[in-house]
Amino acid sequence: MPGQEPSRCCGAAIIRRMTERPIKVLIAKPGLDGHDRGAKVLARGLRDEGFEVVYTGLRQTPEMVATAALQEDVDVVGLSILSGAHMTLVPRICALLREKGMDDVLVAAGGIIPDVDVPALKESGVAAVFGPGTTIHEVAEFLRANARPRD
Amino acid sequence: MAETRAPASGEAAVSARARALCDAALAGDRRSLARLLTAVENRTPLAEAALRRLYPMAGRAQIVGVTGPPGAGKSTLVAALIAELRRAGRPVAVVAVDPSSPITGGAVLGDRVRMQAYSSDDGVFIRSMAARGHSGGLSSATAAAAAVFDAVGFDIVLVETVGTGQSEVEVAATADTTVVVEAPEMGDEIQAIKAGLLEVADIVVVNKGDRPGAHRTAGQLEAMLSHVTSREASLGGSAPKNPEVLVTTAATGEGVAGLLAAIDRHRSSARDSLGSRARLKRAEAQVWAVLVDRLHERVRSLEAAQDESAADASIAPGGLADAAGDGSGGSAPAGELLRAVASHELDPFAAADALLALLAGDRGGPAGAGGGGGRGA
Repeated sequence: MPGQEPSRCCGAAIIRRMTERPIKVLIAKPGLDGHDRGAKVLARGLRDEGFEVVYTGLRQTPEMVATAALQEDVDVVGLSILSGAHMTLVPRICALLREKGMDDVLVAAGGIIPDVDVPALKESGVAAVFGPGTTIHEVAEFLRANARPRD
Repeated sequence: MAETRAPASGEAAVSARARALCDAALAGDRRSLARLLTAVENRTPLAEAALRRLYPMAGRAQIVGVTGPPGAGKSTLVAALIAELRRAGRPVAVVAVDPSSPITGGAVLGDRVRMQAYSSDDGVFIRSMAARGHSGGLSSATAAAAAVFDAVGFDIVLVETVGTGQSEVEVAATADTTVVVEAPEMGDEIQAIKAGLLEVADIVVVNKGDRPGAHRTAGQLEAMLSHVTSREASLGGSAPKNPEVLVTTAATGEGVAGLLAAIDRHRSSARDSLGSRARLKRAEAQVWAVLVDRLHERVRSLEAAQDESAADASIAPGGLADAAGDGSGGSAPAGELLRAVASHELDPFAAADALLALLAGDRGGPAGAGGGGGRGA
């Protein structure tokens, strides 16, 4: 680890992992529902999987989410929606990301999203929809396999 | 990263990409600015090229460090400062650092939650950073990130540290103005006269001013911190700071205008010799950081060279301990030295001296190719 005395390091595995440049994920709650337990659990779970997770907090507009993604230069945008407004919010966020030149950012959605809506969401640019029952490890594996490569 | 994914073919290509990104960021392109910050954070070769290009353009911004214990209200206070600055039409950049897990390397960066109201304002740029194992309250790339914001024209850069304890004072070496945020009832006069964090404060803020005891805490801090005799002050060099003590309620914005006024006052007073001394110290810290990095690189390239000559050609990028651990790269002398220290056959001083001697012998070798080791920062 550059800039750090080896004596302070806890072990080779940690040093190795920290020099690997973690994948950076934005976890956002667009829309008006106030149910952020899932988003927080996922943020914490992905932390334990070695990701750097930026959490936006509740009630974000699509513009706020896209700007946060741009400023943080994240590799992944995860959208948690339980309000039923996903068909409005998600395509709008995907369009804004493309507009801002972030077409290489992986977008995933989670929450309460009916199966019938999934094809349309994927059409609009979402790579995966994770419903109830998904394990954090599954999400982590998917992100590792599909996030853009870091240089 | 469309551009950075392109095949990197040598130094010329890297510096061309760095130049393109810098030019775009200087012209106001936020995406390019964000990518530059990522490069700086990940310490890519592109980052070095970019920072060398941007450094001459930096040095105009006021870098304001905001530090204090977890939960004192640093993020909320930064958000309130953003509001105050935007009211005056002043653009502002924020670097917010949160800790990385020492176990997994992961992090939850939650400072943005308090600042999201400004995320679609073009005059505000907020960037979260994980400390990535760096102790001292910042990440090792924080100063460089602030320099990037400075170079692209942000007049004020707020640097929020991780929640600190008593002695994470690194922010003072990075910032022009250091604001230490305390909460009411966090300690008595004895806490205030202990060495450490409060010593480096240019401004002390007692936040949560609506809580009982806030003004009493402020009074106690003021009484103990403002005790600087004229004799000490006239001695120059090591005179302690004489910080202003303010009370704010960040959640409502009360007292925040006064804090911004104090920050602005400190900026103008820091233009004197004291300020230039702070800048010299910062320069020293920057050069040392690069020097330490270069030393790490040299040790690693030494190991890599050893690994290549060994049967197993896999190069572990993790430093000394990797060479020693898990039986990989077992024949590297650096690894042997570490093992000898671990088993108390050798003391750490002798091992370090042996490594330095190895590096000195290596000076003309392939590690120095391209003049990489000899450039002044």
